[in-house]
Amino acid sequence: MSAEIEHVNAEVKKYLLVFIGLLFLTMVTVAASYLHLPLAMAVLLALVIATIKGSLVVCYFMHMISEKRLIYLVLGFTVTFFAAVLLLPMVNHHDIIRGAEVVH
Amino acid sequence: MSSEYMPYTVETRPDTGLYNARLGIWLFLASEVMLFGALFSTYILLRVGAEPGHWPQGASILNVPIGTFNTAILIASSMTMVMSWASLKLKNFGKYKLYMGLTILFALVFLGMKYIEYSQKFEHHLFPSHSTYLAIYFTLTGLHALHIIGGVIVNGYFWGPGSRMWQTDPGRFTNRIEVAGLYWHFVDLVWIFLFPVLYLL
Repeated sequence: MSAEIEHVNAEVKKYLLVFIGLLFLTMVTVAASYLHLPLAMAVLLALVIATIKGSLVVCYFMHMISEKRLIYLVLGFTVTFFAAVLLLPMVNHHDIIRGAEVVH
Repeated sequence: MSSEYMPYTVETRPDTGLYNARLGIWLFLASEVMLFGALFSTYILLRVGAEPGHWPQGASILNVPIGTFNTAILIASSMTMVMSWASLKLKNFGKYKLYMGLTILFALVFLGMKYIEYSQKFEHHLFPSHSTYLAIYFTLTGLHALHIIGGVIVNGYFWGPGSRMWQTDPGRFTNRIEVAGLYWHFVDLVWIFLFPVLYLL
């Protein structure tokens, strides 16, 4: 058996574990939503679990764990700007017009 | 018409250490992160700006069992997608066809369930114009569904006529499946965040 085939077979075992982990964490997310935790706690818990699941997908299914330096650089910029876009609403939090959610 | 040689479809470029399509798909995915990032940011803005108690809990409007089922289906499709690529690496074209076929099937099931969900909403006259929550729900899930449809078209091509490349240029075909897989896993990744944000919180 060539080294590459051995390597791919080892990867397949990891994919299976990641798959089981993702399904398990999905169940945990749904179960946690029935605990009726305070909103801040519920948001934090849901996002932490989603981040763990996302990391598993990115690291193993997308092979980010063994990616080239250039890709890390591209994604470093992306993550920075993504965080900036997500944080923008927080910056002008006090300017938000309250009650703007209903458009009957 | 004779095909001209295209460099760096299989072998890696010395300066990047990558074959071209792999760098290309990551740059594309970076732009996709910003597209969905802007919409997630919009969601946060709308939710934070809502009067306390006025933002509905997703579970009171949406069907959580269907959402959970769709999450599991999409995770399963990610697994079969990566297995289709691994099968090509193991030179097993038959298994590739099986796993890629399953990936497409799971994607179609996802879209079918989404169609049922949308139909239920429309039957109850719950349109995007009904509330800001539904507007951002339909925008985010609709855009995501369009990405699924795009993935089904590309994967369908690689399962059908596009798979002939395996006979002539297996290395390049394997890389094509890896690139299509990176896109598909990204679509799965987006749903992993959409599901709790829209359905459970």
